[in-house]
Amino acid sequence: MIVRILSAKIRSSKITKHSFVPNEPLVQISDLNFTYDRRPILTGINMTIPRGKVVAIMGQSGCGKTTTLRLIGGQLKPSQGAVRFDGKVMHELGADGLYATRRRMGMLFQFGALFTDISVFDNVAFQMREHTDLSEEMIRDLVLLKLNAVGLRGAQNLMPAELSGGMARRVALARAIALDPLLMMYDEPFTGLDPITMGVIGQLIRKLNDALGGSSIIVTHDVQESLQIVDYVYFMADGKVVAEGTPDEIRASDKAYVHQFVWGEMDGPVPFQYPSAPYQEQIYGAGHA
Amino acid sequence: MERAMLDRATSALRGLGHRVTSRIWRLGFASRFLLATLLYSGTSFRRVFLTIREIYFTGVLSLIIILVSGLFVGMVLGLQGYDTLQRYGSSEALGILVALSLVRELGPVVSALLFASRAGSAITAEIGLMKATEQLSAMEMMAVNPIARVVAPRFWAGVISMPLLAALFSAMGIFGGYLVGVQLIGVDEGSFWSQMQASVDFREDIVNGVIKSVVFGIIVSWIAVFEGYDSEPTAEGVSGATTRTVVTSSLAILAADFILTAFMFRGA
Repeated sequence: MIVRILSAKIRSSKITKHSFVPNEPLVQISDLNFTYDRRPILTGINMTIPRGKVVAIMGQSGCGKTTTLRLIGGQLKPSQGAVRFDGKVMHELGADGLYATRRRMGMLFQFGALFTDISVFDNVAFQMREHTDLSEEMIRDLVLLKLNAVGLRGAQNLMPAELSGGMARRVALARAIALDPLLMMYDEPFTGLDPITMGVIGQLIRKLNDALGGSSIIVTHDVQESLQIVDYVYFMADGKVVAEGTPDEIRASDKAYVHQFVWGEMDGPVPFQYPSAPYQEQIYGAGHA
Repeated sequence: MERAMLDRATSALRGLGHRVTSRIWRLGFASRFLLATLLYSGTSFRRVFLTIREIYFTGVLSLIIILVSGLFVGMVLGLQGYDTLQRYGSSEALGILVALSLVRELGPVVSALLFASRAGSAITAEIGLMKATEQLSAMEMMAVNPIARVVAPRFWAGVISMPLLAALFSAMGIFGGYLVGVQLIGVDEGSFWSQMQASVDFREDIVNGVIKSVVFGIIVSWIAVFEGYDSEPTAEGVSGATTRTVVTSSLAILAADFILTAFMFRGA
């Protein structure tokens, strides 16, 4: 009911109604290339994020996961290829179109990115106040609803500095789902969390996705936690998709990179040693190699 | 040997060229940033409480340093001015000296320098830290333009606060001059105030002083918000941006003061 009221109250002039096509994936990435300062970051990325599914993008630090997320959110423009969100090509949207589209997306940043000068309540209410004409009473009810969903209704008056890392992440999650987004993006949601909080966040991601009926993309390198909650996995290395499949397929994969990553092996396609001259040569000099 | 020297000279020239072009590029980016700030200023006035909140942080919280500095600058002017004027038997003109020095020059310039150090650096640090902690990115992803929501209100708060602070600085300075000149040294109170009233021209002195402080307000606020927004999102980056705000603002204020003074008072 409240969600329906919220949807109706969102300023219609600023929001373009989304065309729901059940069979069409919510996000379609085709032949995506991204170059920064003449350096290729992403090469030939193809991904599909179906509606209602939770998809993980995994890979080592620096492999281009977060860049992919930023391209989906329209914060970066591709050098080649396209990201389609609900049928719209992100980089072809003007500023107004881009902002209208982003109102249907939510993003959880690595460390929450809460506004530090306002309370937990005001953080969650931020988008509602910016984008809707809802009364303060209605905003209060909605904020409490969102905070209750992440188990932090009692923390509404705290300031971000008073929250633990896990609590900050949960408040940021409540803020990200404030306007019931169609797509939720999570940038390293498990980083720096204790096992209990990690489990809580993981379960919240899955439950919120199912409750909101949207899709979720999790960028992470926390393999075991994410394989329990996602429907599909893309593995990235050096700016390319090197493997993909369901969690079971990934666990059973015999690809050397995937195997090393999933089982946390010390040496493999990703070498333990940083590239250097031969050890003996460095110790004894060039003549003793 | 000659080849090595030539290589060094070429490399130095290339380095110089790179530094010059990157400075020009940055100036161009700063100008586009100012244009965007002006373009997205509607929110600052439609939702005026955003700007008022920033006026409190940049203006009201700068009051202590501005008022105390103004008082001491005025007191020093009183002492120095009396010492010089009494040699020529014109100690009654102390009021004119104190008022004109403050209203035309010291009020706008010193308060702008203090404003750059106190509020400008705070604005840069705040925006820089918001960038480093991804608060600006989060705002963008929530379909809220950070230039309209964060930058423009801080910019306009600085522009509005600066002339008010300069006026308070000058008023406090004149009071300081009065305390030292009249109450401490014993200059005639009537002469002090009447000569000041007769000699300070509203258009020539007061308005020009206000124009100066508005220009300084634009310069300091522009540099502060730009440096914060353009800072590297690291602790070192924010620290460097804060330092650049203070240094660049101070130099820009002094240079702009010379140019404005040359135009305003050349025939006076």
